[in-house]
Amino acid sequence: MLRYVLRRLAWAIPTLIFVTFLVYIALRIGTDPVASYKRINPRATKAKIAQYIEVNGLDPNYVRGYFRWLGNFVTLDWPRSIKGSREVWPQLKDALANTIRLGVAASSVGIVIGLGLGVFAALRPGGRRDVAVNTAAFVGISIPPYVSAILFQLLFAVYWSRWFGSTLFPTSGVYPPGQLGFDLGLMLKHMVLPTFVVAIQIIAVYSRYMRSSLLDVLNSEYMRTARSKGISEARVLFRHGLRNALIPVVTIAALDVGAIVGGLIITENVFSYPGMGKYFLSAFGEGDFPLLMPWMVIIVASTLFFNLLADISYAWLDPRIRLA
Amino acid sequence: MAYDRFVSHRAAVVSVFIMATLVIFVALSPFTARYGVNESVQAPPNYFLSPRANAWLGTDDIGRDLYSRLIYGVRVSLIIGIFSGLISVAIGCLIGSVAGFRGGRFDDVVMRVTDLFLAFPFLVTLLVMRNMIGGISWLKPITGELNSVRFIIVLFAIFGWMGVARIVRGQVLALKEREFIEAARAVGASRWYIVRRHLLPNSIGPIMVALTFSVVSAIISESTLAFFGYGPQAGDGATSLGILVGQAKGAVNTGFWHLALFPCLTLVVIALCINFIGDALRDATDPRLQRDA
Repeated sequence: MLRYVLRRLAWAIPTLIFVTFLVYIALRIGTDPVASYKRINPRATKAKIAQYIEVNGLDPNYVRGYFRWLGNFVTLDWPRSIKGSREVWPQLKDALANTIRLGVAASSVGIVIGLGLGVFAALRPGGRRDVAVNTAAFVGISIPPYVSAILFQLLFAVYWSRWFGSTLFPTSGVYPPGQLGFDLGLMLKHMVLPTFVVAIQIIAVYSRYMRSSLLDVLNSEYMRTARSKGISEARVLFRHGLRNALIPVVTIAALDVGAIVGGLIITENVFSYPGMGKYFLSAFGEGDFPLLMPWMVIIVASTLFFNLLADISYAWLDPRIRLA
Repeated sequence: MAYDRFVSHRAAVVSVFIMATLVIFVALSPFTARYGVNESVQAPPNYFLSPRANAWLGTDDIGRDLYSRLIYGVRVSLIIGIFSGLISVAIGCLIGSVAGFRGGRFDDVVMRVTDLFLAFPFLVTLLVMRNMIGGISWLKPITGELNSVRFIIVLFAIFGWMGVARIVRGQVLALKEREFIEAARAVGASRWYIVRRHLLPNSIGPIMVALTFSVVSAIISESTLAFFGYGPQAGDGATSLGILVGQAKGAVNTGFWHLALFPCLTLVVIALCINFIGDALRDATDPRLQRDA
């Protein structure tokens, strides 16, 4: 097991380098960093431009340029953003913290409710509540996050204040404008709507996974064996049913992080929530290469990490799987 | 048999009717739309009118009828969905069946690439690839301008085949060990013949399901791109569902509910209907699935 993990970790580094190389090429072709720099800083001198090309590794030769960039990146000598020449890490750190907070909140809410609904539906397959949960999940999957975000905003912010005099939940940002310092209550209040927008997607997906996974388990032989031993129905369900049904769901959960991040990016933008999504779209819109590359590295690395986690958890949870 | 099972899926039958009505409405847009795409409803003040007799779903910021614009918008979105869906299914079938049938290095590479792209947040991949493909000058003759509908179709086709290829590959892997393939091989059928006459026809169910899902995802992706301002700009005030949903964002805080609600509802109804049809097709064509209930 340990050897397997170590081998996978050793493979992750070349994969990370390869994928970031592809991203590097895609961004250089797609956003043309030098042209963007000249557009944002029209009065930049030749020497400044040459320096910009130098520190960002924008050599005409892609391979040499990439390794130049990589050298600066791993020694934490990160170039400054093209607009306003700001440090990259402080911005990225704030965005990352905000997104992780929102992502963790949304996934916890989504997974708890989703799994609960899945179990609820699977216990009486074909019954009325099964049909209700299935249909609701189907509708949830068909609604893109920005649509639910817009409708939530319309209902809870705009119309709520018309009907009841005050807004129920704020629709943008982490704090109201002008707020300085930390305030947990305000922060949570600002997170409610975005959390639920992302959670709807998660609930819809997981209730379906959980339902089908639990149905598979409930029809298996060992469930009959467990019942025939004469232990209580609740114990059969929890000890034998749920534990086995969760194995595939955990794996899918780890693989699904990309989709959740995608939902977060969209949702953050509708709610003007200063996270990774807003960071990415504004940097991408300006072609800000120094801001974009570290963002991409974080996304690629976390994707690889959760893929690894999925494989390991699968092997760890299911004793039938042997890793060579 | 398959037909009976499809018809027994009530939601899907309703969805087929809704989609058929929608397609007829859109195809007959010269008759069903009440105003031109860029025509204003009446003399000013005509902006942000709420729903009324001369503008059933209200008007937008420069006084154009939302109902008519929805018809024109759905037309563009359906064209994008259907064309990019068909192209991605064609490419996906080809690559998926070859990968599944031949296996080996080609299979490995294709599946790795697919995994890579599908694991990444979709919007990020889409935006980066969009700019990258737009930045390669020798692709211009195929893709057209960055803001054109053709470009969007090509872009979605480049992505869409991956999901399809994965499904077709799985199906081919399961089928190729079966006796009838062995029999075909024993009588000397060529590989291409087996793929064409045995493997693909036997995978028609999953392929149809994949088609419906690629159409939905193309329609939704177009809306997503347009929502963030990277969608097709058809020019001359022409519109798409995505552009209309994008306008909804601006209409929220000012409280023009009709501008937010109707485009969003249309998008959701289309997505839901096609998803239901796909679901019923899966149930109808998969003999192993016993419909519970």
